[in-house]
Amino acid sequence: MYGRGLRSLSILTVAAMALALSLVFFYAPLEAEQGFLQKIFYLHVPLAIIALCGFVLGGLLAVMHLRTRDSRWDMRSYVVIHMSLIFAVGTLITGSIWAKGSWGHWWVWNEPTLVSFLIVFLLYATYQPLRFAIEDPERQARYASVFAITAGAFVPMNFLAVRLSSAYLHPRVLGSTSNLPGSMALTFLVSLIAMALLFATMCKYELTAKHTRAQVRALRRLLSGEDGAPAPRGRSAVPSTSGPMTTPAAGRTSL
Amino acid sequence: MKRTVGALLRKELLVELRTLESVPGMSLFAVTTFVVFHFALNKSSVEGDLAAGILWVTLLFAAILGANRLFVADADQGGFDGFLLAPVDRSAMLAAKVITMLAYLVVLELVAVPAFALLLLGAPLGPALGNLVVTLALADIGIAVIGTLVGAMAVQTRARDLLGPLLALPLLVPIVIGGARATAPLLVATHSSGPAARWLLTLGLYDLVFGLIAYALFDFLLED
Amino acid sequence: MAALQLEGLARHYGEREALRDVSLTLEEGRTLVVFGPNGAGKTTLLRVLCTLLRPHAGRVEVLGASLPDEAWRVRGRVGLLAHEPLLYRELTARENLRYHASLHGAREERIDELLELLALRGREDEPLRTLSRGMVQRVAVARAVLHEPDLLLLDEPHSNLDPAAIELVAPLIGAGSGRTRVICSHDPAGGLAQADLVLGLRAGRMALLRGARDVDVGEITELYR
Repeated sequence: MYGRGLRSLSILTVAAMALALSLVFFYAPLEAEQGFLQKIFYLHVPLAIIALCGFVLGGLLAVMHLRTRDSRWDMRSYVVIHMSLIFAVGTLITGSIWAKGSWGHWWVWNEPTLVSFLIVFLLYATYQPLRFAIEDPERQARYASVFAITAGAFVPMNFLAVRLSSAYLHPRVLGSTSNLPGSMALTFLVSLIAMALLFATMCKYELTAKHTRAQVRALRRLLSGEDGAPAPRGRSAVPSTSGPMTTPAAGRTSL
Repeated sequence: MKRTVGALLRKELLVELRTLESVPGMSLFAVTTFVVFHFALNKSSVEGDLAAGILWVTLLFAAILGANRLFVADADQGGFDGFLLAPVDRSAMLAAKVITMLAYLVVLELVAVPAFALLLLGAPLGPALGNLVVTLALADIGIAVIGTLVGAMAVQTRARDLLGPLLALPLLVPIVIGGARATAPLLVATHSSGPAARWLLTLGLYDLVFGLIAYALFDFLLED
Repeated sequence: MAALQLEGLARHYGEREALRDVSLTLEEGRTLVVFGPNGAGKTTLLRVLCTLLRPHAGRVEVLGASLPDEAWRVRGRVGLLAHEPLLYRELTARENLRYHASLHGAREERIDELLELLALRGREDEPLRTLSRGMVQRVAVARAVLHEPDLLLLDEPHSNLDPAAIELVAPLIGAGSGRTRVICSHDPAGGLAQADLVLGLRAGRMALLRGARDVDVGEITELYR
């Protein structure tokens, strides 16, 4: 079910990325002040935007999970947040490189977007430890969803607060994204689309892999019958799919 | 609903009075932290931004200590089950816990703020007191809501003492921003203006947003 | 009207099954006794019936209300006596019972009645942590019946109780109480004596479901092998 369309999506993603990269290196003009380094903008900002959208999306998927109690939504929420966290780390790293190149420091406090990202990253970095610390899979999924929704609402709130707190200090060091000349705007747009496709493809890969693994486990249980089921996995931060798929495993239950 | 919240509050108060495990600890922690700050910063008096920073960080950490303890008695002694079996609105527990946390914070501040004025603050507190109280009140609501939400989440996990602060601190950053920025101009010797409305609005918005979220999500944390 | 009607009740724990395909009907006023080794799902079943756990599949009707959607109709009509007393150790017996009375809207006079009945007079104003386990269990019984529930769910109710205490609680939770009861028991002979219907669980599935008269003690002990 999950694997459908994965190949076409991957091909599309690779094509989009190739296009974006060629635009970045051969088409977009060199920016006057910052020179070649500025091109990291086409990587940094799309990463940031997609990561943020991903976090909020994770929250929305969590809402669906709590409403329908279908653990597949929780799986999707988990994967999306997981991926957004990776993209957020990418944002921080590229932001840091850019800051170093422009300002000579690896970290700057007066770039509100970067600072907000740091806080958001620190928050979402607790998502997996939280899941891992709850044994009961259903409770784990439920608490993770509550967290995802709270954190998802927190993202815009945080950006607002940080932006307010540094508005009067220094002008934005990394420049704004409005008023881009046409060629830059086009390159940016293509980069953004390519990044979005990359995100979607990687999420789909992860979802497919998890689902397949779960199916294999269910088949094993089915084949080995009641007594021969392999020992259940130990504590895990990763959500399982919705309950047993076919005939049950041996009853090593806790209640 | 009111009767339920009342019953819950009475229970909370009784348990806290018998065990005294939250409020004295929070207050003592705050005072001790001020002393530590004195040695760490090597300053005998602070003003403005630095003063606001020290005060808010200390209050925040003390609050998190309290939030960590908020649900422990219920979790360990079957208080959740007892409550869940009753034919009551489950939001009553959220309301009761937030009010309890607010009460803890008020007592904390009644101890910590004078202690701060005594030990570290280089400016007179008198004229700024009214504005400070308003700022603290707004921030306290946000801290209480987040503390309750995070406390309820963390108490059911294995590493409850660690996860609580880890979850709460990033979530409370906007409160620190709003609170500290609002307070900084109040803690200078020649203060003239009140806290900028912008910061109070930020705090108020935060309280509203997370109050609503907590109300919507709390029930999901209670059930099994 | 049947007090309990279960059809294909299932509850899983991740990918493992805690309960599977449990079906039975229990008439009002009757007693169901559940036997089974540890981990067989007895406590899970009890927790589903008192709405603390949601059923994952199957039809569950408790006192005419369908779970999980109508769980709110059941709360307040069920009394649970669990492994833990569900009481606050720092509070006194009276304070604990007052708290539960408030939650359930029960009469406060009932508290005094129960304290009298359970021979707790004189100790009701001391924190629970100073009382013996037997006394705490008696306070727990009081808590469970305070709101005069229609259905009693008892998880090994006689644990920690000496024979005198067992007699004291009998009118409240024993056969003489006249209430519909579901009891989890580890005592084949004693449990069987109280039962109208016997359920044997093994690994979450029904291994035995029969009227008590048609069951002999040997079959029950077989469950535990």
